[in-house]
Amino acid sequence: MSQYQEKATVIRTEQFSEKNYRLTLDSPDIARSAKAGQFVMIRAGFGKDPLLRRPFSIHQTSTNGQIQIYFKIVGRGTDMLARIKAGDDLSVFGPLGKGFVIHENFPALIVGGGLGIAPMLFLAKSICRLKGDCGNDQIILGGREKVEVEPLVKDFKEFGIKMLLATDDGSYGHHGLVTDILSSLELHNRCTVYTCGPEPMMARVYEICKVRNVACQVSVESVMACGMGACLGCSRPTSKGTYAHVCLNGPVFKAEELVWNS
Amino acid sequence: MEFVNSRKDDLPDLRVNIGSLKIANPVMTASGTFGYAREFENLMNLHRLGAVIVKGISLYPRAGNPPPRIVETACGMLNSIGLQNVGVDRFISEKMAYLAELNIPVIVNILGDSLAEYQEITTRLCGVPGVAGIEVNISCPNVKKGGVAFGTDPSMAAAVTEAVKERADVPVMVKLSPNVSDIALVARAVEDSGADSISLINTLIGMAVDLKTRRPVLANVIGGLSGPAIKPVALRMVYQVASVVSIPVIGIGGIETAEDALEFMLAGATAIQIGTASFVNPRASEEVVEGIGNYVISEKLPSVRDIIGQLSVDLQ
Repeated sequence: MSQYQEKATVIRTEQFSEKNYRLTLDSPDIARSAKAGQFVMIRAGFGKDPLLRRPFSIHQTSTNGQIQIYFKIVGRGTDMLARIKAGDDLSVFGPLGKGFVIHENFPALIVGGGLGIAPMLFLAKSICRLKGDCGNDQIILGGREKVEVEPLVKDFKEFGIKMLLATDDGSYGHHGLVTDILSSLELHNRCTVYTCGPEPMMARVYEICKVRNVACQVSVESVMACGMGACLGCSRPTSKGTYAHVCLNGPVFKAEELVWNS
Repeated sequence: MEFVNSRKDDLPDLRVNIGSLKIANPVMTASGTFGYAREFENLMNLHRLGAVIVKGISLYPRAGNPPPRIVETACGMLNSIGLQNVGVDRFISEKMAYLAELNIPVIVNILGDSLAEYQEITTRLCGVPGVAGIEVNISCPNVKKGGVAFGTDPSMAAAVTEAVKERADVPVMVKLSPNVSDIALVARAVEDSGADSISLINTLIGMAVDLKTRRPVLANVIGGLSGPAIKPVALRMVYQVASVVSIPVIGIGGIETAEDALEFMLAGATAIQIGTASFVNPRASEEVVEGIGNYVISEKLPSVRDIIGQLSVDLQ
């Protein structure tokens, strides 16, 4: 498992809403070795404040050595990243963590909510590449409002996977939650549900999967200082009563490995 | 001090002695920021380090504190990891073989809830191949004495030092807590009890509050502050301690660059430890070694030892 500290040049910046942004970075070593579900740690600046890198799941990679991150301004670090310009350099460290496990012989159902949509593009791309034909797979994407979903849909559509969309306010797709849609679907008994999004959403997705007896992989978020198992800051309670570390044991887990507060 | 001049002329002489422990350069990794070293093997050249200090080891495994365990603060971070570790037996059986093969001095940071625990861990580390030293963390609470940290009371700090020295078969470094009113007093007590060296500072106790939730950010309420924010405090304490003890002092606290490290050495540190900086830049410790070497060359110093304690102070 190789990891790289790259000085990545910003190729493109996109603003999708007041707070949602996407950056395209030239980061050839990471692009070449990353797997869907893995993440990178990025320094928002080069000074002492903010000091720590911020974790971002990899939104997608390209064969010409680029990676994308999709993020929302939630604090000072992400605010600085939102102001970055094409041509600027960023220190990027990765790829980190364990990604999704793809089962090529069975249907995949991807459920992404809000910022949790970020790693799902890479996953959808990887599933389609591996399978060749993703006619039995489905994607459910949701957000609070249209701007959180609509700008990302175009990239997903390239693979020809069936897409189902939802917004909390009904401004785009189904008026309601992604979990409403998930509940209404018939699931193949060997399918895998992949999910990333707010904690209550993932907890509900797992509940549905448990009842239907289908496999569920979750990608979870945590604050972390290093991203590589040194700081032990990103602990997460497991169903065995121990702590897992999101950076090393995750960020993707089998849902049943973790404790869910629903 | 004796240094046989066997080095090549183009290489800077970075060797320092921590008592009887001779190290190739003054850069060590601070406990709890470098795992068990293996985590960094693909990210840097571990052989460039003066010494590795591994994650604090207790007698029995510890699960650590519930999350959130860390939060970033201005120019630093707070942590309340809760001394999560595999315990001394698993450390020896699972981690030590790899560390011994690195052929760099490995210093094991130890912590306990009682004098008996400190002694038992020390005993179990005796004769383990690759263990070059012990660093005693005295910042953890003494359960028997009502949770007061060993390190905040000079007599208790002395008692721990004595207890570990009694059993240790390698040099003993005692890591001081800065959360005291007179650091020099604790340092002298530790020296008088036989410590071979003193490292400081451990983290400063701090707190962060979330205005939105009206709760402390850390699940443990309080945590240890580290990073560049604490460097001035660390420098002051290293200066104060180095002025009153004759054993080597190892400086810790917000060191990110060779310049930071050299400032600590001027203030009296024989060696330094890189902590939080390794989280941001896994190669930080190696870069500090390189930077110190460049400084020694550019200043035409016979050796890095020539700057230790060379701070000019005009006292009025």
